[in-house]
Amino acid sequence: MNTYVGTGTYIASSELMDSVNVAIALSRPLLVKGEPGTGKTLLAHSVAENLNKEMIVWNIKSTTKAKDGLYVYDTVQRLNDARFGEGDVSDIKQYIKLGKLGRVFTSDVQVVLLIDEIDKADLEFPNDLLNEMDVMTFHIPETDETITARHRPIVIITSNAEKELPDAFLRRCVFHYIEFPDEALMIDIIRVHYPDIKDELLAAVLKKFYWIRTLDSLRKKPSTSELVDWVRALIVGGISPQQIEETMPFLGALLKKREDYEIIGRQKENQKIYDKYRSQYR
Amino acid sequence: MFTDFFFELKAHGVPVTLHEWIALHEALAKNLAAASLDRFYSVARSILVKDESQFDKYDLAFASYFKGIQTPEQIIDEILKGLKKVEALALTAEEMAAIEALDLETVRRNFERQWREGHYNEHTGGNRAVGTGGRSTQGAFGFHPTGVRIGQGQSRHKRAIQIAEERRFKNYDSDVILDTRNIRVALSRLRTLLPEGPEDELSLEKTIDKTARDGGEIDLVFVKSITNAAKVLLLMDAGGSMDPYVELVSRLFSSAKAQIRNLHYFYFHNCVYQDIYTDMRRRSGFPTWEFLKKFGPDYKCIIVGDADMAPTELLNRNGAIHYFYYNDVPGIEWLARIRDHFKKTVWLNPRPAYVWPRTDTVDMVKEVFPMYELTVDGLTEGIRRLMR
Repeated sequence: MNTYVGTGTYIASSELMDSVNVAIALSRPLLVKGEPGTGKTLLAHSVAENLNKEMIVWNIKSTTKAKDGLYVYDTVQRLNDARFGEGDVSDIKQYIKLGKLGRVFTSDVQVVLLIDEIDKADLEFPNDLLNEMDVMTFHIPETDETITARHRPIVIITSNAEKELPDAFLRRCVFHYIEFPDEALMIDIIRVHYPDIKDELLAAVLKKFYWIRTLDSLRKKPSTSELVDWVRALIVGGISPQQIEETMPFLGALLKKREDYEIIGRQKENQKIYDKYRSQYR
Repeated sequence: MFTDFFFELKAHGVPVTLHEWIALHEALAKNLAAASLDRFYSVARSILVKDESQFDKYDLAFASYFKGIQTPEQIIDEILKGLKKVEALALTAEEMAAIEALDLETVRRNFERQWREGHYNEHTGGNRAVGTGGRSTQGAFGFHPTGVRIGQGQSRHKRAIQIAEERRFKNYDSDVILDTRNIRVALSRLRTLLPEGPEDELSLEKTIDKTARDGGEIDLVFVKSITNAAKVLLLMDAGGSMDPYVELVSRLFSSAKAQIRNLHYFYFHNCVYQDIYTDMRRRSGFPTWEFLKKFGPDYKCIIVGDADMAPTELLNRNGAIHYFYYNDVPGIEWLARIRDHFKKTVWLNPRPAYVWPRTDTVDMVKEVFPMYELTVDGLTEGIRRLMR
């Protein structure tokens, strides 16, 4: 029996581990949602690493069709071969190429399938997959072949909530929403990446970071992955906690929009005025 | 099991189905919740609730159903009330070794026996009983390496009921008036306005034509499979009572503009009359009839406003709020003309629905247009109506 217990490089909350294990035990897909940069995709990597399984990634784009995941019949190649007399055109089989799902189904061992950013695709996309995911089998009419999964894969699906997913699809999933990490969990996460970071520096960084995240007017709030980048920049730059307190260097690692810089700038000015008067009236 | 919890969830508006309820029992049968209410909280949520905007309702239902229930976690809490922290002991190396030699099984047996004997009350120090700072095998801040650690320091883990009662997911609830947090979600609803497609459909006619022109060299031509992208008009009330909402609404739709190619906005103050404006300050505008001519009935029209004005502004000739602005046709007539021109129109009101009855004019405007709250739910409903 597979039980996911987390990996050294990926900090999972106990609730997240429960959700993963429920999904595995019930052999249902796990749908993971959460703010960008909270580690949705990394979860699948961590699960595969922890359970020691191969992972197949199916990156979804706006043009992806459900059928692409099963197989592609390369008619253009066949047409081309027919014109130039190459290959055995009567053998349709060689023009059938299995997609990611097809590869998962035909794998000799159980694999972890990551369907990344399912919300990018067309609204009908999840519905088109329902039957194949339920019975784990599909039919190729061109060759009259039926492909049945030898091992039910562990399926992890991520979504950025850009589109709503259909109810019928949701009913079949186990759902987990990755909350934005609180300060205690964030300290663990940063320590995984930078075990030697000094406590004072970490405290100063987190103070600023969570302050920035309270500013609701930001276009794009910085996330965990951006914080990790920022910390790296600060360590490499040899920045002291005092400097972070005063000037907040390398903000480019955290903020990706020009408007957001201006908002932070304004906030800093306001803070100065506030500090000035507060000290006078103390 | 817990059948009433199912109905409690339903009563709180969580759209849980029988299918999922059975899956939950399958999970419980496999002991995935490990007979712990805390784990049950998260396991049941992962199976029954599929949207973070429903988490708050789940929390309410959970708290109301499980409140007051005795769990093993709470019993431990009670033990801890009897314990007081003392300074840790200094042990010699031999003592440490002797303690380390005890195995977990012995430790657990000890604990269970003493728990039955009631050794836990107000106990500090000592070698045997549950307590703090001692050499005993159980209790907090002790030395025994395999000891039963209960309540050591502040656990980062809260009890399920506490978590549920905290209602951390309140802001994710889709009934809440839009704020920056859920603008993104709201936007995703708007995006359903645009069926679009990649160039992935083989055009036989064009392929044959191209191939014939190229002298038999086969050239495949692909076209977009869907071409009817939605056209959207946005009319916004700007000024006066709408001021608190203007920034929010304009941010919402300016982000939408990046998504919807065919989006045009216009402004008015309180009610539309014979002129409509292209800027928020209402300096440059053009006649409303010209506006109606320019945009065909196939445009989906969204009006955002609080519909709060003096009844005269809506019903009277020359009733417009601006003193030197004369309108021959009452505002309500203009609203009806807009409704009649477009096939689909909705009115979104940024004020919560429960205050609508306090304003006479909201009722009148509601008779002309279907009106929805400017919440994620309202927006979803409204857009569904537009797309019908």
